[in-house]
Parts: sequence; C-alpha cells; structure tokens
Amino acid sequence: MAVIREKQGAAHTRIMGVGGYVPSRVVTNDEVITWIDSSDEWIRTRSGIAERRWGTPEETVLEMSVQSAGKALAAAGISGDQLGAIIVSTVSHFHQTPALACLVADRLGTNGAAYDISAGCAGFCYGVAQASDMVKAGSAEYVLVIGVERLSDLTDIHDRGTAFIFGDGAGAVVIGPSDTPGIGPVVWGAEGDKYDTITQTFAWNDKPEAEDGSDEVRGPFLRMEGQAVFRWASYQMAEVSLKALAEAGITAGDLDAFIPHQANNRITDRLVKVLGLPEEVPVARTIAEYGNNSAATIPLAMERMLADGTAPSGGLALLIGFGAGLVYAAQVVALP
Amino acid sequence: MALTQEDILAELAEIVEEVAGVDKDEVQLDKSFTGDLDVDSLTMVEVVVAAEEKFGVKIPDDAVKDLSTVGDAVGYIQKHQD
Repeated sequence: MAVIREKQGAAHTRIMGVGGYVPSRVVTNDEVITWIDSSDEWIRTRSGIAERRWGTPEETVLEMSVQSAGKALAAAGISGDQLGAIIVSTVSHFHQTPALACLVADRLGTNGAAYDISAGCAGFCYGVAQASDMVKAGSAEYVLVIGVERLSDLTDIHDRGTAFIFGDGAGAVVIGPSDTPGIGPVVWGAEGDKYDTITQTFAWNDKPEAEDGSDEVRGPFLRMEGQAVFRWASYQMAEVSLKALAEAGITAGDLDAFIPHQANNRITDRLVKVLGLPEEVPVARTIAEYGNNSAATIPLAMERMLADGTAPSGGLALLIGFGAGLVYAAQVVALP
Repeated sequence: MALTQEDILAELAEIVEEVAGVDKDEVQLDKSFTGDLDVDSLTMVEVVVAAEEKFGVKIPDDAVKDLSTVGDAVGYIQKHQD
C-alpha cells in the first residue's frame, strides 16, 4: 500500500511584523454618560477607560482589517501574494457566511487559505497559535492573523454594565519561519460551563418581542455578568499566565513586556500582582484610550508599545487573551 | 472547631480593610458593602475570593449577589464552614 508523503515546515516561527488600525471617532466618557446613569470617575475607577474609539460607517471590519494588514505586511517585508493563509478573528462580521477573511484575502491579492475564527477576546492568541503551527507543519510559509471588531454595533448604549466598555479597531501580525524560537507553546482552553457569562442577548434567528410592545426590537447586544467574568479573568487567568511562562521555560523577570487582553485595568492589576512582574516590565494599558475592542486589543497594544519605545523589538512578551466562551489562550512571543 | 460569629466578623473585617482600604472598625454586621463601606462590585469579588481562602468555604457567583451586608457574608460563612 502506498504511503502518504508528509510535509515538514519551519523549525521555528516568529511574529515578523505588526500593524494596527484605530477608528477615527473618539467617544469620551462624557458622551457615554449622556446614555447611562454614571460618571467619568465611576467609569475610570471601575475599568480604567477614559475614552474609546468607534468606527464611522465607512470604517467597516473589512476596511479596518485591510488597513492593519497593510501595515503588518509592510513591517514584515512581505507582499500580500506571499501569504499562504489568512485567519481573521472577529465576532462582529455580520455575515454568518462567507468569512470576512476571504474578502481580506481578495483585497490583499492572495488566493491562500482564508477563514474566520470565533474565539471572542482570546481570538488573537488562538490565531497566533494556529498560524505558528501551520508554518511549522508546512501548511503555509507566511500567515496573516487579524483581530478586528466593531463592538459598537453590539453595544447597548443604555446598559449601564457594558455601554462604557466596548470599542472598535483592528490589529494584525504576519507569522513566518524563524532561525530561533519566536513563539512559545500556547496554553489554551475553553470552559463551556460558563457559556452564558458573556453572550449576545438573543440569537440572530430569534425574533423576541419588543419590550415596549412596539415593532422595534433592539439588539442583539453583548451581555456580560461582570462579577463572574471579573473573578474568572483575575484569578484563573493568572494561573494560565504562569503556565504559559513555565511552558516557554522563562520567568516573569525575563519578560520585556506584558500584553494582556485589555478588558479592564483592574484585571490587569491583579494579573501583574500574581505574576510577580518586576516593576520595570512595561504593561499594556491601551484600554484607557481604546476601550475593549476584543480580539484587536493585543496586536494594537503591541504595535503601540513598539512604536513609542515602551517595549523593545526582539524582546520577550507574554500575551494572554480571554473572553466569551469562556475561552482563553496565552503564549510568550518575541516582539517583531 | 467552628468559628463563632464574632471570630468570623473580626477576620472578615481584616480582609475588607486589606482589600478595600476600609477601617476594620467600620466593618459591622449591619453595614452594607456598597452603600455604607463603598466596596464596589469588583472589589467585592476580591473580598469574596480572600474570604474563601481564609475560611475554606466556597462562595459561588450566584451567592455573592445576595451578600449585601456584612452580616449576610458572616452568616453565609458561618453556615457553610466545615
């Protein structure tokens, strides 16, 4: 019987370039408190958010994806037609099918594999793990990973618990072969028993009755059980962060940056504390200006920290994403 | 041996002081966490997790919602301790 020939890819992988796109419209806390009974001080102390960015109608998930991808490709020195695969992580591309990634691939001039993943705020780290494995397996030489969201479209501006949190934006990285290890083992998983802690208010094919008896049905919107999510993210994700360091064979003191998903500054504070992160290690805090734009927070923070010199190119960074599912993923990477 | 109400209150007051920065003498049975002690919902989670470790009890998310006063929390811990 004939034997199937297998393929072997690169021994090591790395992030070759990162790019981000931040939408033009700044939504301040002062604007948010015209919708909900709250205050600038309340929002800042609960979340660390001072303002967030929301896309204009022209700043679609496709446009933001293409813009961020263009920057990542330029930084990596790769052209679109060299991409063997494109992975887009999003929950706000409102076509169930086809995937947003196919439109992005077309715009970038590649016929490489293209698909979307749904892993909420962990989506970027999920994508990085997949992309790295694809390059190692020889399935693709260069893979583009994009995290893009327009959570403003899923935000109930009258919900006091979530109206101030979410934002829009996109971040992308190119992953390719490397002479030395640049992407550590992923520590990831799902806790489906917490499926309802972050979810949408109703399914797309549901037709709930309007609350006020009118014909207008608002939503679906994102809904979150704040305390339960906070507890899970602050405590269990600290353990996942420590595991990712251990898997990579490094300690917190070896890090040049900590880039957690930007969900809430107080979750970040707790993670920093449990990790025992030395004070000199820079920590991503982009939530203050961008809000929580889900899968886009980590690459956007990475781009920002490299651009402003907070984090060094080639330095080691711990990434951790966590969110709806509930799902999580963490890995140590060398910064591009 | 099971802790008395007074023991639990004293230990819980120390946790609230450490986590939320509230003077432990202020932490009395009739005080509400949010209204009187200014412990917000996220800080409450930190108090609960510290209390779980201290007293060896499980305080699930559903139960946290019902702990509006210090007395509610002390009662819950007293009832569920080993």
